[in-house]
Amino acid sequence: MTTLSVSAVISPPPRFSHRSLSEYVGILLVLGLVTSSLMATAPALDKLSRGAARLFAPSGMLTQMFPPDFSRIIPIGWKLLETLQMAVAGCFLGLLLAIPFAILATDRLSPHPWVRNVARAVIALFRTVPDLIWAIIFIIIVGLGPAAGVMAIMVDKIGFAGRFFAEAMEESDAGPQDALRAIGANRLGTIVSAVFPACLPSFTATSLFALEKSVRGSAALGLVGAGGIGVDLKVAFDLFNYDEALAIILMMLALVITVEQGSGWIRKKLI
Amino acid sequence: MNAPTAPQCSQAGSTYVEPVLVVGGFVKNFDGRLVLNGLDFAIAPGQSTALIGANGSGKSTLLKCLIRLIEPSAGQIQMLGRDVRALSPRDLRAFRAQVGIVWQRHNLVPRLSVLSNVIHGVQSRLSGPRAWFQALAPADVRGEAMQCLDRVGLADRAATRVDSLSGGQQQRVAIARMLMQRPAFILADEPDASLDPQTGEEVMALLLSLVREKGLSLLMISHRLEHTLEFSDRILGLAKGRIALDLPTSQADAASLRRFFDHQEPA
Repeated sequence: MTTLSVSAVISPPPRFSHRSLSEYVGILLVLGLVTSSLMATAPALDKLSRGAARLFAPSGMLTQMFPPDFSRIIPIGWKLLETLQMAVAGCFLGLLLAIPFAILATDRLSPHPWVRNVARAVIALFRTVPDLIWAIIFIIIVGLGPAAGVMAIMVDKIGFAGRFFAEAMEESDAGPQDALRAIGANRLGTIVSAVFPACLPSFTATSLFALEKSVRGSAALGLVGAGGIGVDLKVAFDLFNYDEALAIILMMLALVITVEQGSGWIRKKLI
Repeated sequence: MNAPTAPQCSQAGSTYVEPVLVVGGFVKNFDGRLVLNGLDFAIAPGQSTALIGANGSGKSTLLKCLIRLIEPSAGQIQMLGRDVRALSPRDLRAFRAQVGIVWQRHNLVPRLSVLSNVIHGVQSRLSGPRAWFQALAPADVRGEAMQCLDRVGLADRAATRVDSLSGGQQQRVAIARMLMQRPAFILADEPDASLDPQTGEEVMALLLSLVREKGLSLLMISHRLEHTLEFSDRILGLAKGRIALDLPTSQADAASLRRFFDHQEPA
């Protein structure tokens, strides 16, 4: 067996790369931000344990939740269906409108840098404002009920999917697009023939995540009066019907799990 | 050495033939770096011209500039009777429709079928959903696309997803798409690159047979000297941003071309 002398072997690089002073300052700042945030906002452990004990007391909320009350399963089921319909309708409209926004927000496909900047700003605005706020705005516009919820989900999804669609189009291979441009294809022809097929897996994945997000989000929209099962959940809590609230939560959980499983199956089949 | 700008038709003796491509005083620079510096040459109709030169000599840049996929910096380009640099965006699209390109990377749309990719070639003269996917295309367009596929020997693979084909077959599909375009001039940017020697030869032979059959003009780039010698009528060599070699292929041999590549000097 041949052995190598130590001097013949080139020494390995240091285990940790040398960092500059500014990098150390940056790391300290991040650590300081995390620590101060935890200290300022995280609950104290004693407070947490006292509160948890109240939850499990004989008159506590958790104790009163069991057994769940499914006596109103039919009306709750209809409301759950309305929630799903809100999610599907809002998501569909949002995804549909996200496509033109995304095209306009893409460097390569946008007709002008100004248009691109405006489209990006609109997408960022839609994404930044929470869907509950959009729900309140649309309740003012179209009144209480599922229509406001659909509009809120739609705007939220334009923000969510618009960004991911734009990123997918930005990263798509430029070769086929150049080839079609060289043939003399117009902008729309290039986008539909070359960009969309290339982005289809990414579009599908984003759309399914958007649907899952919409189903989860649409339940919460009812809390502000934008239709769906959230209204019933709020009423159940307000009237201290915790057993019925648990039944609603369990049915919502079943819906969300079903949608997630379904979208996972579709994702596997399509991508 | 720069080439003469007015080609003569060899068969016709002294008869002047209107060139299909005239490049004069052509300059291209990128951020002040001069890549092509005062090119002058012309190409006669029906001619297969090989453009050779070392990597980075500006061959692909020249091809892209000819149809303004890259904007030229200065000079004149007369192609198929059009002043290419003066074309408006709308006219440029119509002009590009007459010029078929075979790329080094075939640049097909990977998730679509072979037939849909070939039908994309019709976007040179047809717009809208009829030209986007095979399922939406009218019967005559589908029929023409099948004829183009038949011409490249892939009619039986029309329904296959294009990314499941071999490199050579994909290049054939790209040629079928180019045929669908009904071009008058063909630009080929290393169509034999990344193909094994036999497949590369088959692709080049197919390309040349189409050019001869339809009386088209071809300007092609190839790094394979044997292909340059076998499939061209004339050889142009680019070096230091200028045309440094211009001779009929009948007067060239592998050794002289190798010397050109080795020294980047006129052979």
